[in-house]
Amino acid sequence: MKKVFFAVLIIALIAAPFGLKPYGIYLLSLWVVMTIAAIGLNLTLGYAGQVSLAQGSFVGIGAYAAALLTTTGWPLWSAFLLAIALSLVIGWVLGYPALRVQHHYLAFVTLAFATLVFLVLRNEEWLTKGVYGITGIPRPTLFGWSTKGPIPFYFFCLGVLALVSAGAWWLVRSPWGRAFTALRENAIRADSLGVDTRRYTLMAFAIGSAIGGIAGVLYAPLIQFIEPTAFNLNLSLNLLLMVMVGGSGYFLGPFLGAAVSVLLPEWMRFGSEGLYLIFYGAAVMVLMAFCPSGLLGLAERARRLVK
Amino acid sequence: MSTVLEVQGLEKSFGGIRAVDGVSFEVREGEILGLIGPNGSGKSTLFNCILGQLTPSAGEVRIDGRSINGKRPCQLNRLGVGRTFQLLQVFPQLTVRENLILAGQEHQASMWSRLVGRRDAGLGPAADRMIEFFRLTQLAEERAGALSYGQQKLLDVAMAFMAGPRLVLLDEPAGGVNPTMLAGLRERLREINAAQRATFVVIEHNMEFVMALCTRVLVLAEGRIIAEGAPSEIRANRAVIEAYLGG
Repeated sequence: MKKVFFAVLIIALIAAPFGLKPYGIYLLSLWVVMTIAAIGLNLTLGYAGQVSLAQGSFVGIGAYAAALLTTTGWPLWSAFLLAIALSLVIGWVLGYPALRVQHHYLAFVTLAFATLVFLVLRNEEWLTKGVYGITGIPRPTLFGWSTKGPIPFYFFCLGVLALVSAGAWWLVRSPWGRAFTALRENAIRADSLGVDTRRYTLMAFAIGSAIGGIAGVLYAPLIQFIEPTAFNLNLSLNLLLMVMVGGSGYFLGPFLGAAVSVLLPEWMRFGSEGLYLIFYGAAVMVLMAFCPSGLLGLAERARRLVK
Repeated sequence: MSTVLEVQGLEKSFGGIRAVDGVSFEVREGEILGLIGPNGSGKSTLFNCILGQLTPSAGEVRIDGRSINGKRPCQLNRLGVGRTFQLLQVFPQLTVRENLILAGQEHQASMWSRLVGRRDAGLGPAADRMIEFFRLTQLAEERAGALSYGQQKLLDVAMAFMAGPRLVLLDEPAGGVNPTMLAGLRERLREINAAQRATFVVIEHNMEFVMALCTRVLVLAEGRIIAEGAPSEIRANRAVIEAYLGG
């Protein structure tokens, strides 16, 4: 059953852009990029239980790495390397406060970091061009295959999503994933069983942040123009919403959450006379109030009831 | 028999309250030492100081002659020290089998090989043996959170043995376990003690359980050791009776 579901999902993702207008393909590509960023946050928050309001900052770090390198002639793969390395190191350092504080205190620490990154992106004009942003970000050509058009670029993003998903799937099913879950559920007990909770906490931040960086590297050539406000706290909160609405700690949660956050408002826009954001907000409030484990948590509850 | 655990002059104060007051004792290899005392006598604080969860105000703890002061719980676990907690501590979202694999996985190979290697870290057969040993076979693939309290308690104890520890500190293993399951638990602990020469220190309020299981008993009251001896001696000790009943 699971195999059939995944086969249908993959076929649907491959067939989806055909017949859509460029804006529809852009939205699909944005969904792919946001899903990648949310997968990273789901590792940090959903599996390892470490609250972060800074995932949008890592998308920003990745996006600026891509923009700065590719507009000066460097290939996109070099931006992937730089973004992963930068996000990994900064994410590791950001994990240190989590060794001392948890929950909303940790949220405030990461919130301060998100503000700091935003201020750097806005004020350090010599590097980031400040509020004017960076324009003309090229899309890559891979082994002679140009991804300039919307459909080729969507497939490029989809390929990266497939790689990230496979890596995340492997990780959460490995002993590391089990240790992350133990860290989330009961850090003191995990520690007493030999799980180095300090190291796993730092790794949860570093890996989740690096995946956020990867999303950023795709975001820059997708929009082809970046400026600091795209990576302010709103993006981090939106990514948090995606993880929570989809189902924190569920592998498919980010896929569903990103669809709700990116695609659903656009779909609701038609025929709602401009009231779609009110309906959307109300739906999210009801979901969070009655099922804090998100849509996949709701599905699991329904499945248990049927059993 | 060599000395596995040495505690010397251990003290722990919280503000003006001295919860553990100059406690010294030794535990020899293969011994099952009972640690009893009225509520608030400092038993769990003593455990937490030995196991690195609390920093002692003074004194020293040695395992196999090596000082372990300042070591973190995970480091102690890798030195062969296992423990259970007073309150139930299993991972409810993981299955029984996964709980047991987790309890042993950090002792397997390097961190990197745990990422790229087998999902069960090569511990699947060992976990299955432990499941069978603790009579949890029917529940192997159940989420731990779905088990009864007694079953979770058995799992909790089983987890402490997954890494093949030399020394295990059990904090109220009999608490909340029904009499039938309790007899089984006592038997399992005796079998592990005999088969692996594992050394136990057991905190327990269930006197029948302690007296039947332990080879020696220490009695703690107001943070100090007030009596020490074989279970039959402790049962007849006047100071112990007074500490429990008041005098």
